[in-house]
Amino acid sequence: MTPAAPTPLALIAELTHRCPLHCVYCSNPLELGRRADELSTEVWSRVFREAAEAGVLQVDFTGGEPLTRPDLVDLVRAARGTGLYVSLITSGLPLDEARLDELVQAGLDHIQLSFQGAREESANEISGTKAHAHKLRVLDWLKRRRVALTLNFVIHRSNIDQLEEMLALGESSCAGRIEFANVQYYGWAFANRENLLPTRDQLDRSVELLKRAEERLRGKIHVEFVVPDYYAKYPKACMGGWGQKLMLITPNGDALPCHAAQIIPDLHFDNLKDRSLREIWEKSEAFEKFRGEEWMPEPCKSCDRRARDFGGCRCQAFLLAGDAASTDPVCCLAPQRFKVDAILAGLNGPAAESFVKPSWLYRPSPA
Amino acid sequence: MTPELNCRPRLAVGCRLNEKGQQSRVLHMPERALRLNGPSLEIIERCDGKRTVQEIISELQRLYSKAEPKKVESDILGYLARLHDQNALDFTSDQAYRSTDAK
Repeated sequence: MTPAAPTPLALIAELTHRCPLHCVYCSNPLELGRRADELSTEVWSRVFREAAEAGVLQVDFTGGEPLTRPDLVDLVRAARGTGLYVSLITSGLPLDEARLDELVQAGLDHIQLSFQGAREESANEISGTKAHAHKLRVLDWLKRRRVALTLNFVIHRSNIDQLEEMLALGESSCAGRIEFANVQYYGWAFANRENLLPTRDQLDRSVELLKRAEERLRGKIHVEFVVPDYYAKYPKACMGGWGQKLMLITPNGDALPCHAAQIIPDLHFDNLKDRSLREIWEKSEAFEKFRGEEWMPEPCKSCDRRARDFGGCRCQAFLLAGDAASTDPVCCLAPQRFKVDAILAGLNGPAAESFVKPSWLYRPSPA
Repeated sequence: MTPELNCRPRLAVGCRLNEKGQQSRVLHMPERALRLNGPSLEIIERCDGKRTVQEIISELQRLYSKAEPKKVESDILGYLARLHDQNALDFTSDQAYRSTDAK
């Protein structure tokens, strides 16, 4: 018996896998969804209504790049019309001032604009696109519009030493929040991990620097820092617990408890085209599978932290330990922690400073 | 930062109350939401950029007339300061940048 489902709080709407960028750490699955299979405006609008009725407070429009959907303004209006708080997670491409105005007028509450770094050349190398200069233009347009802004810098080994420059860029913008989010190792990032994971020295320096920035900017800009959890002692509370707070919907309508859940073998996902959001949230096999504590192995089952981190991330357990129902191997108490330690030892060994120029595996465009 | 009694606090850009008639009232903020109980909702509903802090205090002292007025005042000032530190409130009525008149 699993306990009754709690109220879902947030919906992550992956509107499309299409994207003008080819970032080497993209969190999309290796097998990208096809344009022809994407949900229609009507189905998404129904999903937003059902989400608001189920108690969901906010929806994050993401992808891929949500701006590649020609109906994005309609989707924002539909979501906002149900009372949901609407965030757009975007690269800023393709966007012009007229469309930005339409989005704001349709009720967009918040934009999270991603940057691949503070220097044009290295940022463009990571995104496999000449995107950086356009993002700076978007920043400028946002100064003249009433919509909240978060700047999101995705951090990894080759840009973690640019944090000062990123902070300066953030402070010169109108952002109320700046996120420094270390890459998490799923999807394309898992494939490129060897070239992305920072060294311990780099990480220690960045934590110090951002702690000082956080204090200096308190009350003006909120600074958020996400560490790569391979270096953490305890796992992250992935998604606030499986099936506890969030539902992610893929471009074709599959409902997932977590971005990467499709990598877990033999897990069946229901589709929003066939069933209502509430029915899926409460009863679908995928959401029930790791909800609560019933599924937990030792050492999680008897651990004091089990209500705080929920045993960590199921997808990471599968990726690193080969078993989605095992303790997240980043946990210092996990039987498989030695695997993470081996990865870190290879990176932080005597040869660590002599990195060769990485050869990246770029994410392609979907069909 | 404790607000001046004559400033007119208002919700910062990206922050808004959800609509009346929802199951529970919340203050939406970028990347988070704050559930509101009786007094916190009464305070935030009055952060409209028109009322001064002093007016908000007086109104709530009348509303909660059984409570010690000094306590009501210090609770409100503390709450407003917390919201400001979380970037949910602007204290200046003179918006040097990003005014409501902008698009």
